[in-house]
Amino acid sequence: MSAQGALSPAALPVLLTARTIVTRDRTRRRRRGAVVTGGLGLVAGALFTATMLAGSFAVSPLDVLASLLHVTHDPAVDFVVWELRLPVAVTALGVGIALGIAGWIFQTLLRNPLASPDFVGVSSGASLASVAAIILFGAGGLAVSGASLVGALVSCGLVYVLAWRDGIVGYRFILVGIGISQFMLSLVGYLLARAEIYDAREAMAWLVGSVGFAETAEIAALLVAVVVSLPIAWLLGRPLRALELGDDAALALGARVEWSRLGLIAVSIVLVAVATAAAGPLAFVALIAGPVAMRLLGPAAGGLLAAGLVGAGLVLAADLVASHLLPVALPTGVVTGLVGAPYLVWLLATTNREGRGG
Amino acid sequence: MNGDGPGRAAHRLGADGLVLGYGGPDVIRGLDVAIPDGRLTMIVGANASGKSTLLRGLARLLRPRSGAVVLDGRSIAELPTIEVARVIGLLPQASVAPDGITVGDLVGRGRYPHQGWFRRWTPDDEAAVADALAATGITDLIERPVATLSGGQRQRAWVAMALAQDTDILLLDEPTTFLDIAHQVELLDLLVDLNRERDKTIVVVLHDLGLACRYADHLIAMHDGAIVAQGVPADIVDAALVREVFGIDSVILPDPVSGTPLVVPRSRHGARSVVETA
Repeated sequence: MSAQGALSPAALPVLLTARTIVTRDRTRRRRRGAVVTGGLGLVAGALFTATMLAGSFAVSPLDVLASLLHVTHDPAVDFVVWELRLPVAVTALGVGIALGIAGWIFQTLLRNPLASPDFVGVSSGASLASVAAIILFGAGGLAVSGASLVGALVSCGLVYVLAWRDGIVGYRFILVGIGISQFMLSLVGYLLARAEIYDAREAMAWLVGSVGFAETAEIAALLVAVVVSLPIAWLLGRPLRALELGDDAALALGARVEWSRLGLIAVSIVLVAVATAAAGPLAFVALIAGPVAMRLLGPAAGGLLAAGLVGAGLVLAADLVASHLLPVALPTGVVTGLVGAPYLVWLLATTNREGRGG
Repeated sequence: MNGDGPGRAAHRLGADGLVLGYGGPDVIRGLDVAIPDGRLTMIVGANASGKSTLLRGLARLLRPRSGAVVLDGRSIAELPTIEVARVIGLLPQASVAPDGITVGDLVGRGRYPHQGWFRRWTPDDEAAVADALAATGITDLIERPVATLSGGQRQRAWVAMALAQDTDILLLDEPTTFLDIAHQVELLDLLVDLNRERDKTIVVVLHDLGLACRYADHLIAMHDGAIVAQGVPADIVDAALVREVFGIDSVILPDPVSGTPLVVPRSRHGARSVVETA
């Protein structure tokens, strides 16, 4: 312990006390993090279970479990469980985790609660490419997902390059992102206006977003991306904790600032892109998940997993409301939009008052 | 890299023919400097004299256009940045803590260069954080969100973060800018303690020439991107130097508290005949 080498013996008791206090503080923060994350996991698990059980065709929980484990083979039950409910539940879970984590990374990295992939060009790029694929090329299924992925990457790459000036500054990134976003959305509007009515309807359904449309291949791509991205995001969480202190502090701490930022943005874009490919641009999930997780965690900072679980909970709950609680079944995106829009208004109002959001 | 105890070999920081700039013309044009080991060095100069630029260069935040910052005989640009981070710590000029972060969390992040991708928190980290908190006197504030602290406490928390990094060399960029006079003195006293008790080499960019003269073992006066004078404050600070560096006429008196040079600027208004003739 080189730092203590020069201390006088009289300082020792003070230091021992300080040591105990540091240990206690850390233990407390870790415990809160574990409890909150565990709790969010339970909530997400419960909502997942509810999604598997809810529906007009009554299947008992035991039958659902038996079908999932291939214990029984009742064609009707198997169809409901494997073809109708499981894809929706898994898509909602994967999309929620992906959007929650991506949103949290963007917000933490750019140090701004408004820095959601919804606004910085990722979702709009995916939307434009997908709508173009549907309307101009009559594409469907996986082709639309692929287009969405490419659109998200190109659009965010464009924002990154345009915002670059000896490095990336949060504000410029967000402003350029909003500009690119608006540009993309106006092109979407143009495409919709000149489309055949059937194509336009299909495109509109895609644009609202729903977890009910994903095909097996899209779900598989989503799961692979989430499973691969999670450990990468977790590893990059280490430099992210330094980056949060500002570029100068992060450089002084020995972080590779530009590479880490590029890696974090890349992981987020891939997550948003596969989520958008599977469920369309579900509004506001990425914007809300991070702040909710941060509020629940409080001093136990570092909410990567918590944000993902909040995202999963949001999408699962939104889908349950959209497909079962409302008199008419609606796309999931309508519900997340209804919840998210007031939050955005509140966020803009309060961040301005605190002088952070601009 | 990690020395043990007071007898460890000190690390040596300096610059050879250093040229620095921010995209426009060069701010620092071919500067040589040797930072004295184990001393408290203060860099003073007018606005835009290049003092902060020099510090940013020494901290490798700016890549030299030519020349080099040299650490223990090797160019700092060629050393792995994480290795440098175990030797040189920095308190940046404008630090904004992330929303909601607590003092304990902030100070803990100073341990970054001592941790690995997978080995993340060890008893060493814990001891270094405890030590940094105790040295800055903010152990009691460990659970407080940084945003709720007073200006002086907040600056102490950031100093503690840099201390937790456990480096031999500590660079501070105008650490007293947003502090009132009491907290300025308190912070500079703390730096002297750190320098004396732990043999740290400390380099501070400071606005206030009077405080710099009082606290510095070694003063570096800069003007227009070059070093005009350096040495013990009492040896180098006179009216001619102040005029050259700050472009103002002044009277130099012995500081009644410390005996170091006290710079009293002449002004167009408010002068008294006694001082005029001094």
